[in-house]
Amino acid sequence: MTALQHVKLGTYYVVALPEADDFDFWRERARGLVQCDVPPDRIAWVEPGGSGSLFSHGDRRLPVPPTDASPVRASKAFVQLAKSAICHSDPERFALLYRLLWRLQAKPRLLEDGADPEVRKIDELARTVRRDIHKMRAFVRFRLVEGEGEEAGEHYVAWFEPEHHILRANAGFFVRRFANMRWSILTPRGSLHWDGSVLEEGPPAQRGDAPQGDPTEDLWRKYYASIFNPARLKIGAMLKEMPRKYWKNMPEAALIPELVAEAQSREAAMVAAGSLEFDERPETFAEIDKAIHGCRKCPIGLLDNHAVMGEGPQNAAQGFSGLMIVGEQPGDQEDLAGRPFVGPAGQLLDRHLEQAGIDRRSAYVTNAVKHFKFVQRGKRRLHQSPTAKEIDTCRWWVESERAIVRPKLVLAMGASAARGMLGRTVSISKARGTPIPLDDGSELWVTAHPSYLLRLDGAAQEEQCRLFDADLAAVKERLAELSA
Amino acid sequence: MGPQTIIEKLEILADAAKYDASCASSGTTKRNSSGGKGIGSTEGMGICHAYAPDGRCISLLKILLTNHCVFDCHYCVNRKSSNVRRARFSPQEVVDLTLSFYRRNYIEGLFLSSGIVKSSNHTMEQLVEVARMLREEHDFRGYIHLKTIPEADPELVHQAGLYADRVSINVELPTDAGLVRLAPDKSARQIEGAMGKLKSDIVEAKDNKRRFKHAPRFAPAGQSTQMIVGADAATDADIVGKASRLYDNFRLRRVYYSAFSPIPDASAVLPLKRPPLIREHRLYQSDWLMRFYGYQPSEVMQATEADGNLPLDIDPKLAWALKFRERFPVDVNRASKEQLLRVPGLGVRAVNRILASRRHRTMRLDDVAKLTVSIAKVRPFIITADWRPVLLTDRADLRALLAPKTEQLELFAA
Repeated sequence: MTALQHVKLGTYYVVALPEADDFDFWRERARGLVQCDVPPDRIAWVEPGGSGSLFSHGDRRLPVPPTDASPVRASKAFVQLAKSAICHSDPERFALLYRLLWRLQAKPRLLEDGADPEVRKIDELARTVRRDIHKMRAFVRFRLVEGEGEEAGEHYVAWFEPEHHILRANAGFFVRRFANMRWSILTPRGSLHWDGSVLEEGPPAQRGDAPQGDPTEDLWRKYYASIFNPARLKIGAMLKEMPRKYWKNMPEAALIPELVAEAQSREAAMVAAGSLEFDERPETFAEIDKAIHGCRKCPIGLLDNHAVMGEGPQNAAQGFSGLMIVGEQPGDQEDLAGRPFVGPAGQLLDRHLEQAGIDRRSAYVTNAVKHFKFVQRGKRRLHQSPTAKEIDTCRWWVESERAIVRPKLVLAMGASAARGMLGRTVSISKARGTPIPLDDGSELWVTAHPSYLLRLDGAAQEEQCRLFDADLAAVKERLAELSA
Repeated sequence: MGPQTIIEKLEILADAAKYDASCASSGTTKRNSSGGKGIGSTEGMGICHAYAPDGRCISLLKILLTNHCVFDCHYCVNRKSSNVRRARFSPQEVVDLTLSFYRRNYIEGLFLSSGIVKSSNHTMEQLVEVARMLREEHDFRGYIHLKTIPEADPELVHQAGLYADRVSINVELPTDAGLVRLAPDKSARQIEGAMGKLKSDIVEAKDNKRRFKHAPRFAPAGQSTQMIVGADAATDADIVGKASRLYDNFRLRRVYYSAFSPIPDASAVLPLKRPPLIREHRLYQSDWLMRFYGYQPSEVMQATEADGNLPLDIDPKLAWALKFRERFPVDVNRASKEQLLRVPGLGVRAVNRILASRRHRTMRLDDVAKLTVSIAKVRPFIITADWRPVLLTDRADLRALLAPKTEQLELFAA
């Protein structure tokens, strides 16, 4: 008598599992089906709450394996993996496990072949489940309730939302760890209750069933906020291990946005607390150059960047025309090259200067802020505008440069540059086109920053380029007047 | 000003402890609270109960008993001359905090350190007292890491090991010269002497445990140490050399690196600029190469550049491979485990999977791709059934091809 005699040819079988994570039940049924030679594509596995519509006409009475059927073989590694993988919420997991069991009969060492797609899949399921189990151990947060009457004493209750069917698999851990504590873990998939000696399973719960707070959480939040070092923000590393989906049930997570937002100012405060007043004003370019490389007066100086010194002729003998051009701050390329205005905005500036007939080599070109301010986004360093305070701090340096060069006319490009010259914020559209007298008798002219032109397109760009060119033309004309 | 509340003290003393990098709770004996009176378990693998926005894991309640200190180490926020707020916990307060955090599943245990008050011995006694109360009065079976004070009486340090899972002494700076300059009250000889004593205690306890079932445990999770990177002029080669000597001489479980970070009220002797965090990361990577990939310290040092530092743009394994191109490409179907572990982009896990898989199939590039994170990184260094990198390892621009792409052009800056 062979197994095939028990199987109705062409029949589909439906196996309804009593629990979503019932490995023993699955193993029992799977073993019988393999012994009866039922191929994987003839079985539908249905978990509680799952739909069985695909095989609704399938036979729920399974074939009985012959008494002399050969035993079903499965490696230890497979059983280990299957016990984890069956807790996954993927409805296909039972079928996948059966397919692997089926294939294992012919190829007992199948699981060693990590390049096989089904082996990879079960590996991945098991890994996901193990991770979910681990994260539950990490992120469950108990809250204390004082019981009354018969229930007197301390009772610790947690609300948790696991992604997979891991509650039962994780019970042992909490029992071993909190053996002498009365606790309950409530989840949408079921609940666990431990009274110090007996573990009971309960029905699915809702968030409202759990206590809403615990005074000790204030202490915990204070600890979380204090142990965090604002000088080393690494949000990606945090998110990788503590994804947002867990945050809602962790009392400390509500602090994260605020901690991140304050990090830079806290770091700046640390630095400021250690900083001193500026020393004597440097009198040569070499001195300025050296000093700005060591300048940590604002948080920009603490970033991973290099100070960029202005460049150009410093006196008439070197061909100085009396024009000083000031930009905002070095960009990524300037930071790498160590020279001002060499990036895309610099190239655009060069073209417009040429059109206007201004020789850049006759002007002294520098920036209001000496270091490149950026935020790291993956591999890119994204430009950040300096704050008013940072610009004001850096005025010391650009003013030192101006004191040496003594330009007749300063062209400030952009609002940051204008603030660096004036110490107050002006509107470009209002201030452009008319000179602002500076205290040493020279004139400040204000125009847009070339990077602004780069950001625009179409008609707006044309219009702004026209205004920019007009400003340059006016500067050239005025410079000739002043030099005459 | 009235007396400080617990929450105020916690704020000050946690803040003061955050410059210690370690928060590990792994590697100790397996135990649980069944059959006991208290709570707590350790199951080999540590658990990180939360992550702070600095990317660091929070596994232990990491605090100082007090941040008062009679020492004046320049890199330390708690030095005598620093102008920070001071606070002091009683041992009972630390015990209560630890237990109430543990019961709510916030932590794996306690990492207790302290500034030096009155004397080294007095401070060490207080640290030991906290651990004793937790273990003996509360039958606490969670993890305890005690920072021990090298200047304290060896007998007190020994007691710490009887209660704690892990003990540690910070070597602080990679060079003796740096220690002399920045930590005038500490002595390298004393630090290493204390580490040596701990090592022999650990070895002896392990040995006794083998022979007598009830021999007392002594720091079953071993000892570790920490070095500050970037506060003095030590190069990565110096640091790697120092770390490997420490691993050899004292059988350390871990050497932690802590990139020097600006601290409030910093001493004028220090650089105010922090070293790039990536430097710390590269040092940890080199640590892994030595611990898990079979690299000798001298080989890691070969990966450093002319200035003695590891390149920041590429990882040390790739840097080593680029320097020793004659060792590549490696045939994935034939090479030994040791050879495969040297291939940039292949981790320990991928190598193990390749070794298992190749018994069943001749590996093609596709198969390797399924087992690794990035085939692009691996490809120039391997041979598979259908792939052989033609002259690729001879290309002068290979480094540029493999290094993470540099930032895109920055359009909006000057």
